[in-house]
Amino acid sequence: MTEQEAITNEEPEELRIGAFICECGVNIAGAVDCYAVADYISTLPNVVTSVVNKYTCSDAGQAEIKNAIKDLNLNRVLVASCTPKTHEPIFRACVEEAGLNQYLFEFVNIREHCSWIHMWEKEDATRKAKELVRMGVARAALLEPLESSEVPVTNKALVIGAGVTGMQAAMDIGDMGFQVYLVEQGPSIGGKMAQLDKTFPTNDCSICILGPKMVEVARNENIEIMSYSEVEEVDGYVGNFKVKVKHKPRYLNIDECTGCGLCTEKCPVEVPYIEFNEGIGTRKAIYTPFPQAVPLRALVDKSICIDCGACIKACERGAIDMDQQETFSELDVGVIVVTAGYDVYDPEPNNDFGFGLYDNVITTMEFERLINASGPTMGKVVRPSDVKPPKRIGFVQCVGSRDQNSNIYCSSFCCMASLKNAQLLKEKYPETEVYIMYMDMRTPFRMYEEFYNRARDMGIRFIRGRPAEVTEDDDHNIIARIEDTLTNEIVNLELDLMVLSVGAVASESTETVRQILKVSKAADGFMMEAHPKLKPVDTTLDGIFIGGMTQGPKDIPYSISQGSACAARATRFLAQGKALTEGITAKVDEDICVGCGVCVPMCPFQALSVEDDKLKIITALCKGCGTCMAACPTGALNQSHFKNEQLLAQVKNVFAYGEV
Amino acid sequence: MSDFEPDILTFCCNWCSYAGADLAGVSRLQYPTNNRIIRVMCSSRIEPIHILEALKEGTDGILVTGCHIGDCHYIEGNIHTDERMKEIVDALEHLGLKDRLHLEWVSAAEGKKFQETNTDFVEKIRALGPNPLKEKAKEE
Repeated sequence: MTEQEAITNEEPEELRIGAFICECGVNIAGAVDCYAVADYISTLPNVVTSVVNKYTCSDAGQAEIKNAIKDLNLNRVLVASCTPKTHEPIFRACVEEAGLNQYLFEFVNIREHCSWIHMWEKEDATRKAKELVRMGVARAALLEPLESSEVPVTNKALVIGAGVTGMQAAMDIGDMGFQVYLVEQGPSIGGKMAQLDKTFPTNDCSICILGPKMVEVARNENIEIMSYSEVEEVDGYVGNFKVKVKHKPRYLNIDECTGCGLCTEKCPVEVPYIEFNEGIGTRKAIYTPFPQAVPLRALVDKSICIDCGACIKACERGAIDMDQQETFSELDVGVIVVTAGYDVYDPEPNNDFGFGLYDNVITTMEFERLINASGPTMGKVVRPSDVKPPKRIGFVQCVGSRDQNSNIYCSSFCCMASLKNAQLLKEKYPETEVYIMYMDMRTPFRMYEEFYNRARDMGIRFIRGRPAEVTEDDDHNIIARIEDTLTNEIVNLELDLMVLSVGAVASESTETVRQILKVSKAADGFMMEAHPKLKPVDTTLDGIFIGGMTQGPKDIPYSISQGSACAARATRFLAQGKALTEGITAKVDEDICVGCGVCVPMCPFQALSVEDDKLKIITALCKGCGTCMAACPTGALNQSHFKNEQLLAQVKNVFAYGEV
Repeated sequence: MSDFEPDILTFCCNWCSYAGADLAGVSRLQYPTNNRIIRVMCSSRIEPIHILEALKEGTDGILVTGCHIGDCHYIEGNIHTDERMKEIVDALEHLGLKDRLHLEWVSAAEGKKFQETNTDFVEKIRALGPNPLKEKAKEE
């Protein structure tokens, strides 16, 4: 340092740290002696005040922080309480309101990472809390003010998946005046709900309530439906996502096709219709998805097309184009809502309850198509082996749910679905004997328990127990051997048809989208919300929201609520027109950097380049992971808020070796 | 050796393993009090110097945790973490300290795994005995 520099340099600021130790009622105080922690912390260098609060996050607690900043001239604030995942934004805002830069706030987690995991070890937990806070004090001393940058938000939204949840989200965002791209991988919007016959607890026809909603989505001038399309890549950050969408070829010009069906009539190729009718009934190689499809347009299944040209001749509008290629769109959006749905559990690989071995064991979804008036049998329930009407039908609950061999979670909608299907059978064929084999019937929410009682009143028989053994007799009748745990009897139930009430699993498309967006996965395989109670449709990624089955199994009303919730949460960014990004980025010391470029390929976001033998960082692209600086051989790179000095201060100051 | 309680430092990435540690807490999954968590944005932020300094300071064991491969919030940060930790372990082998560093992937949903990983690691280090550099560190 030259003499002149020494003179012009400002005096280093005197460090004044305030520490606030939260008892969180008894959540922390029950296992940690908070007063002992505060006493110890008050002895550490630079600590001006160290106090205990009942609830630091409460109004009173925050007021105490703000007053202390003013009265004691604090220039660093440390709170030892819960997790920064939920409370860091609250305390950052609190210190900013008192005039302190938000990055001069340090958070120490002594609840999730201490009191809750050491509930009966008060002495050791207290020692640990002291050391955790001690580490925080060391770090706080080295914190530096940073600026979050305000970025403009593109006032458009992307909704991935056009089932009933995605439709609701898109309509709500559209109705609030913002443009929405609604991307659906299938040829029509509507999702799984379009396949169902009736819906509980009112037994109204599913497509009769969904169909008009589908038309409404199509008519909404702010919604652009991209059917038969998939999201391939997503780049960027809140307010500024860049999305690449692939449009799969339908082999016809969607603007010319009217969905008249002449091509389908002439097509000679017929295969089982798996995608919509669960393999019951057939479709042609050129087909419209279903009568109420939106858009009502045909598509060609090239994997089975024999190129006979019959459809081309039949189409009066010349819409068919067998040379069509896939195309791509690049979208700019500010927010993303993911409603990518679910798959029904597949009982075939393990032949659960004889499924796949015996013709007359089917799934709920197959049953929905059978009893559906617009389904392949026009609503006539028949059994697969001989196409005769079954007289004794049994439903098995919790197939692929609440089972150590498949999924341990409850899929939540299956009890009500079977109650509904059992009622429909009784209404349609009153002489049919209907059984429900269950572990527990779960019917929360309005009118659901009443719905269950109604099923009992209709004469539907409930057996508490699930088949331990399923066999088939010479007439393809199913024999289910069950221990009825209410009567302690072994029952051999002979059934004409057995329906497996299959649960929900995260769909392949949900997993694909999850990996593209980097949303966390919950233990059940579905996407994980930011907080199970407070942020049920947010993700930990700003500007990305999840709703419906993508977030976990749920019924239609709950899904629609989440669709609306996603819309409301997402539209906040669009309405404000701006978003704040974190100030945590890579920084380079140009005096030290030799321009070797070792760091450049480390960056997955192309934020780094070497120009004129010096590293150049495009801050807008930097996401602040820190991968590059760990590779820097000279120490020229550093990460703001996670600087080497700050991390080393934690490393060196954590263990007090008997001092505490 | 019976009263030896190892001092363990656990590095967590902000997105997966820190949330996994939170979930362990929310689920009240009890585990030994030996670990102290340092949060980084990505496990790939961790440099050899952080590990070496910790060992020099007398830390008995260092557990580095991050997102599972393929799940990294920063696409492939954890792939770099994996490579770097292998190199650091190789270097530590010459110092007879290699067993004191362990890398584990823990997702935000794996509170149970976080608990088990920490419990197992504490037991492993307890069996290994104190870091030979500890006495010197204490003196300083």
